[in-house]
Amino acid sequence: MNDSTQLNLENLAGPPSQQPAASMREATVRVKGLNLFYDEVQALKDIELDIPDRQVTAFIGPSGCGKSTLLRCFNRMNDLIDSCRTEGKIFIAGKNIQKKKVDVAELRRRVGMVFQKPNPFPKSVYENVAYGLRIQGINKRRVLDETVEWALRGAALWDEVKDRLQEPAFGLSGGQQQRLVIARAIAVQPQVILLDEPCSALDPISTLKVEELIHELKQQYTIIMVTHNMQQAARVSDRTAFMYLGEMIEYGDTDQVFTNPNEKRTEDYITGRYG
Amino acid sequence: MQQQNIRTWISSGAPWVWLNAAAVSTSVLLVAGLLLLITARGMGHFWPAAVHEIVYHEADGSRTRLAAQVRDRERVKASRLVESGLQVEAGVETVERILLKTGNRDLGGQDFRWVLEPSVLQQLQPLSMAVLEREEWGAFFGRVVGLKQDSELLQSRDVWVDFQARLQRVADLREQIGDLQKSAIGSVNYRMERLRLEQRELELDGITEPAAYDSIEQRRQALDAEYRRLEDELLALNEVIRRDSVILQTSGGQEVELPLHTIIDAWQPNAMHLGQRLAHYFRKAWAFISEDPREANTEGGIYPAIFGTILMVLLMTVVVTPFGVVAGVYLKEYARQGLLTRTIRIAVNNLAGVPSIVYGVFGLGFFVYTLGGSIDRLFYEAALPSPTFGTGGLFWASLTLALLTLPVVIVSTEEGLARIPRSIREGSLALGATQWETLWRTVIPMASPGIMTGLILAVARAAGEVAPLMLVGVVKLAPALPLDGNYPFLHAERKFMHLGFHIYDVGFQSPNVEAARPLVYATALLLVLVILLLNMVAIHVRNGLREKYRGLET
Repeated sequence: MNDSTQLNLENLAGPPSQQPAASMREATVRVKGLNLFYDEVQALKDIELDIPDRQVTAFIGPSGCGKSTLLRCFNRMNDLIDSCRTEGKIFIAGKNIQKKKVDVAELRRRVGMVFQKPNPFPKSVYENVAYGLRIQGINKRRVLDETVEWALRGAALWDEVKDRLQEPAFGLSGGQQQRLVIARAIAVQPQVILLDEPCSALDPISTLKVEELIHELKQQYTIIMVTHNMQQAARVSDRTAFMYLGEMIEYGDTDQVFTNPNEKRTEDYITGRYG
Repeated sequence: MQQQNIRTWISSGAPWVWLNAAAVSTSVLLVAGLLLLITARGMGHFWPAAVHEIVYHEADGSRTRLAAQVRDRERVKASRLVESGLQVEAGVETVERILLKTGNRDLGGQDFRWVLEPSVLQQLQPLSMAVLEREEWGAFFGRVVGLKQDSELLQSRDVWVDFQARLQRVADLREQIGDLQKSAIGSVNYRMERLRLEQRELELDGITEPAAYDSIEQRRQALDAEYRRLEDELLALNEVIRRDSVILQTSGGQEVELPLHTIIDAWQPNAMHLGQRLAHYFRKAWAFISEDPREANTEGGIYPAIFGTILMVLLMTVVVTPFGVVAGVYLKEYARQGLLTRTIRIAVNNLAGVPSIVYGVFGLGFFVYTLGGSIDRLFYEAALPSPTFGTGGLFWASLTLALLTLPVVIVSTEEGLARIPRSIREGSLALGATQWETLWRTVIPMASPGIMTGLILAVARAAGEVAPLMLVGVVKLAPALPLDGNYPFLHAERKFMHLGFHIYDVGFQSPNVEAARPLVYATALLLVLVILLLNMVAIHVRNGLREKYRGLET
């Protein structure tokens, strides 16, 4: 762990100009009876889940088991798919986000997301991080400067890019790009951060850096991540959910799920018998 | 064994490569050949070709002496000549004949004549032979023998030098007259016309107080006074310019007196050295692209046509870009991808295959008559019955071409949008951007190189299109440019000239096609250059955008 990461611990809650009250940030995610269909095919079956505030929760399971689909429910990303239909309730910080009149854009501001492959915009490093703020209509140079620096420090990227903020983001390495995307997500100060296999396109050193970062971020954010890598889930997460064929098979503390699973199928998967 | 070899050769893909190479090189050769042809034919026109003095037998045995430029040579069968009543030496199979440009149309009646090579007795290139470019009657070939001022013969040591000096004086005066007519008097006329319309408007509104008319009357009197002053000035200049005349002797020995103000330029090609010839060449080429046409477009320059072409293409781009992009974005991003959208898309694609003349007819019927007619009735009532927008003009031509090129822009916009990876859109949406914000801030800028490609195709197509324009606003000779110093500066309702139509007009509609042919090639070359220039600008912009959004592949 390098110095810069240490440094930003104390001000992870937000840039000096906009420190929110701690109580406002309380963000648990509760899923009640969630069913999801692609046309007639049911992809999620009766999911019940309680995700605690400011902890890392990992979804594991074989490909196609629905973990990414579940993750994308939390910021209603599945709305983009015409054939997708959901039933049930999802509460984030006490509010049901499944309701029709929920402002989806506002929801996505509160629930940030980082994707499998780094997807920076074809803009400068600075503008990438400032993107979410500009969308909210924040154009004051001072606020932007401050937030960009804070977010980049938060993503442990500041020291590497502080001299090239105006250069195109495509010039960064894959690992840097992924941390840039994380900085972009935390710049709008979400309550929850969704990570969809954030390290699957990265080399081992970059992966390590991102994992360290996740560890830091959980002090301030509720983090939900999908991963294929079981060592990663074991290393990074506090809680682990095992999914199989659209069902939530087992959900519990990471230590317990990995060392002493209740379900046979969990054990089979963890020990590599299938998946 | 042999068969085996052929089979491996075929399966190696080599014949396919050869076939491709052959196709590509054929295309390149054809394009290069075409460009070379129009360049050679068109650019040769400005070269100061030698003037020969030729003595030859006529068919009846008499001798003719004339000055001419050699335009062409060809071999013909002797039998064909005999059939047409010419005498050919016995035993000769083919005879070479020469096409001579004789000029002096006002004296001899014809510009060109064929002369059989064997009948030529003498061929000289006298240094003193001059070519005169005139305002009327085409070129004149002859010797300068004397100058007159106010009908008095002048004594001069070197008549050619004095002639040149006086020619320069006339040229300066002509420029003054041109300025006076076009700018000053043109502007007064324009303001007078507006005043007339203003008065007519008052009458139509039923206003009868004399006070309203008084101010108009006052302004009219001021304009009248200005007009009279300018007219006097013009008359005076016209008097001054007629002072000199030149006496010329043709090769036939005839003496002719020409007023100097009808002569635009004069040179002695046989006496010029290479440097002078080159200077002359570039001067003439520049005059061609910077001057107005004369003599039913067969002489002078084509500046208004270049201007009209470029302005029309630019206006077309301004119209087609927003419409095409908005339509493409809607079809790709917002519309439900159902049967209706598919049908619209097919319809748009088919629109690209409609013959362009159909667009012309549509433009005439809908834009000019329906829209233009309504605009005239609503806003230009005072000018009726003479139409303002209710007749073909620059604006309607641009609109018609915009319609014609719309499918290209729509399709390329859709393709450009389809190339933007999903991850970029999701990244933006996940930050709380609405779909509109995502499109506006990220997706459309990223798709802009693709959109520019569509615009490049559209520009190329629009600049070369002629058929629809003939119906909606292109004319043989436009009295004024559509852009000038009179408010509101851009007169989109005016008729305009166009290079493509100019080619057709000069090449096929002019009274003297043979004389105008080199101009046709030169104009074609210029059209190609204009299209090239417009495309280069667009490609430059696109490459800039591409550079900016490089790395899209990641």
